[in-house]
Amino acid sequence: MAQQQRPTTRVGKAADYLDQRTSIGALVNQLARKVFPDHWSFMLGEIALFSFVVLIASGFFLTMFFEPSMALVRFEGEHPAAMQGQLMSAAFRSTVEMSFEVRGGLLMRQIHHWAALIFVGSIVLHMFRIFFTGAFRKPREVNWLVGALMLVLALAAGFSGYSLPDDVLSGNGLRIIDGVVKSIPLIGSYLSFLVFGGEFPGEHIIPRLFTLHIFVIPGLLIALIALHLFLMVLQKHTQYPGGGRTDRNVVGYPALPVYVAKMTGNFFIIAGVLTLMGATMAINNVWNYGPYDPSPVSAGTQPDWYILFVDGALRLMPGPGWEWVIGGYTLSMNLLIPAVVVPGILFTLLFAWPFVEARVTGDRGEHHVLDRPRNRPVRTAMGVALFVAFMVCALAATNDLIATHFSLSIFAITWVLRVLLIVGPVLAFWVTKRVCLGLQRKDRELVLHGHESGRIVRFANGEYVEVHTPLDEQERWLRVSYESPAPLEIAPLTDSRGVRRAGYRSERRWQRLSRFFYEDRVEPVTPAELEAAHAAHAHGRHAQVERPAAAVGAGTERPPQERA
Amino acid sequence: MSENQNPRTDASNEVTVAPEAGNAVVHADRFPDPGVPEHKHRLTDTDPKAAKRAERTVTLLFVLSILGTVGSIVAYVLVPPDGTTAGVRLSTLLIGLGLALSLLGIGVAGIHWAKTLMGDREFVQERHTLATQGEARETAIRDMNEGLEDSGVIGRRGVLKGAFFGALALFPLAIAVPLIGSVGGDWNISKFKHTMWQRGTRLAIDPSGRPIKAADVTVGSVFHVVPETTEEFRETHEWITEKSKAVVLMVRLNPEDLRTDQSPEGETWSHEGIVAYSKICTHVGCPVALYEQQTHHLLCPCHQSTFDIADSAKVVFGPANRRLPQLPITVDDEGYLVAQDDFAEPIGPSFWERLK
Repeated sequence: MAQQQRPTTRVGKAADYLDQRTSIGALVNQLARKVFPDHWSFMLGEIALFSFVVLIASGFFLTMFFEPSMALVRFEGEHPAAMQGQLMSAAFRSTVEMSFEVRGGLLMRQIHHWAALIFVGSIVLHMFRIFFTGAFRKPREVNWLVGALMLVLALAAGFSGYSLPDDVLSGNGLRIIDGVVKSIPLIGSYLSFLVFGGEFPGEHIIPRLFTLHIFVIPGLLIALIALHLFLMVLQKHTQYPGGGRTDRNVVGYPALPVYVAKMTGNFFIIAGVLTLMGATMAINNVWNYGPYDPSPVSAGTQPDWYILFVDGALRLMPGPGWEWVIGGYTLSMNLLIPAVVVPGILFTLLFAWPFVEARVTGDRGEHHVLDRPRNRPVRTAMGVALFVAFMVCALAATNDLIATHFSLSIFAITWVLRVLLIVGPVLAFWVTKRVCLGLQRKDRELVLHGHESGRIVRFANGEYVEVHTPLDEQERWLRVSYESPAPLEIAPLTDSRGVRRAGYRSERRWQRLSRFFYEDRVEPVTPAELEAAHAAHAHGRHAQVERPAAAVGAGTERPPQERA
Repeated sequence: MSENQNPRTDASNEVTVAPEAGNAVVHADRFPDPGVPEHKHRLTDTDPKAAKRAERTVTLLFVLSILGTVGSIVAYVLVPPDGTTAGVRLSTLLIGLGLALSLLGIGVAGIHWAKTLMGDREFVQERHTLATQGEARETAIRDMNEGLEDSGVIGRRGVLKGAFFGALALFPLAIAVPLIGSVGGDWNISKFKHTMWQRGTRLAIDPSGRPIKAADVTVGSVFHVVPETTEEFRETHEWITEKSKAVVLMVRLNPEDLRTDQSPEGETWSHEGIVAYSKICTHVGCPVALYEQQTHHLLCPCHQSTFDIADSAKVVFGPANRRLPQLPITVDDEGYLVAQDDFAEPIGPSFWERLK
């Protein structure tokens, strides 16, 4: 038996000390040289993670000075002058005091607010990346759910934090929430009492939101982040398609040292940029708004960006005729539709998408190589359509600013946006799907005929042709190495003995949905097709660019791909 | 069965990861995987001078970070905020710029180091099927079954199982009931239906609390109105909660401009063109604060619900469904404006029991 080697360096000794007590060596074996693929878009999730770290750090600073109390006090401080002698909550006073009297306090407040905006923003962009590249497919459906849950928590964190200073703006924000909560049938009034500990605004809401904001929500977020990262490491990261990248391997750089350095560097850059924003860009100057008072409100007020879509939906919904009285009870559809149904649909779609897509694709395999968005036209088009709907709603939340900045009628803007909310997503879906199919056909054309070289050759018989340079095998691989699923096929209604089959109707419905997804598709070029194209070139038939078999919607010349 | 779940990955597995695709298995309808592209060296790999330069850059960036930290502390000590907004801004800016430099220095240095000096050779690692394979799987299934059997509840002892799950499902109630019982205060939701306006309550200016004489209200003027009450009461939470329901917007129109108000037959809720409407929007409850004198329109700045004051505050545009409730007013013996009664209907946004 070989004698175990004794460490000689200081690092070695420390590692040995730890290993003898924790067997950490096994973990290091697993992780130190673990390979991670490289792509800029894999950084979006990191931005979310690191803004969260900045939020925790700056938030800790703020809790040292914030007083989560609605006790009414008089402002005794000297600055700002406008606040002198005003009656306000202790929460508002401590917010003003930490801005004016604590050195670096305003800096931390502004960093915290900007970090919150970037946090939610990077989560959304990260989700777009996951969605458009199909990274949510098996085995990552669970991690998608964890991520979607974290988006909900991030919104809750943002809104609860926004309300804490107890200024006029956030108080009116809470009042809108109260109005929405009250509109919920049956339990709305009681929910409102539950949230506010009585009637709005009462004297409990700030301490309650504080507990949620600094304990419950961040605690849940930390637990879910841990789960999110654990699953990511366990399942290994996805990779973009390319030479040598398969569903059975991962191509990239080792965690130690490259990713440790890049991730640490990235953290400091994100923290640095957020600090720069906090230092130079004023945000939420609550002393200009004043303490919460139920009477005043300022025009041109917008919520933080991630709430804009709900606020915009509230503005777009026409009121008259949408409040129904049923058996003496009041049902406010003009609130329920924009504030409950619209976000409800959005989040249901988010949570259900991986499972719906797997079902209509008939796909049970593991996927580790990402899709190019063009290769899944309907998924990509749905994503863009949802994004357009989101943007129209967000734009609607700024309709008063649009009206004053461009001297337009607010009624006209609202009407245009109402129409756009219906037409925009449909149009976006159609255009995006066509663009995807067009790009796929362009890929086919490139593979079959190569790049235009710009070199024109004249033959002895007078014919002119442009010389095309064939794709190198790496570029070709990128354009042919995708799957183009066909719509589901189901067994007929009756079996061979003419007996009706149970479950046929449900299968039929899924098949219809599957057709919606995959009826229009473009197959990747096969070697045989390339061969044929070359042969055609050799015979001088240059003009023929697209084979009829590649046409959209007409079915394919090959039997559907066999899928497990 | 788990080995066979994914024919596609099996197929691609036949293609070995290699720069040369020559020995790969070629399917008739599939192109061969060309393998990982050839590695290209960076300038710093081939030119020692470039590597030296990159090293100096990284060092310089770390030094900049140190300077940033020092600068931030210097700013903290030397430029204290003097209390004015400008002073606070200056202190914030200087401390922040120092801190940003200190963080960005480390960040940019780390990335530059990784990109220019650390190894950039690509590695290929195999993935393993996530599902547990072979013997480990068998053992896991056996252990699970044995464990369940040892517990002695498989298929037997239905009552015990029922009691077990019943107890687990019920015990949270012992915490939830006291919590929910108290978390909503007195749970008296009928409070939504009343405000502190009563017969004879004087209309007072918000926020001074001074009562208003009808004679002082000129045509076209707008008043933000609250019920008159004591100074002490106006420094309590109850006041803020009551005020949230009781705020009123009062306007004096030319009596001939006032087409209709909400007074029922035989009553007069306005006084010589002076009308008072709840300021709480019937949409989601924002204070309706923007009055346009020319059109007599009242606009909610939150969601742009628009009400026509000259025409019983009915909705002319936007997401609100109902008109603003009118406060019936008159004048008392001393000429002060007073309420005839509370609002005739609940103010603010709709709720389930509104009409009950």
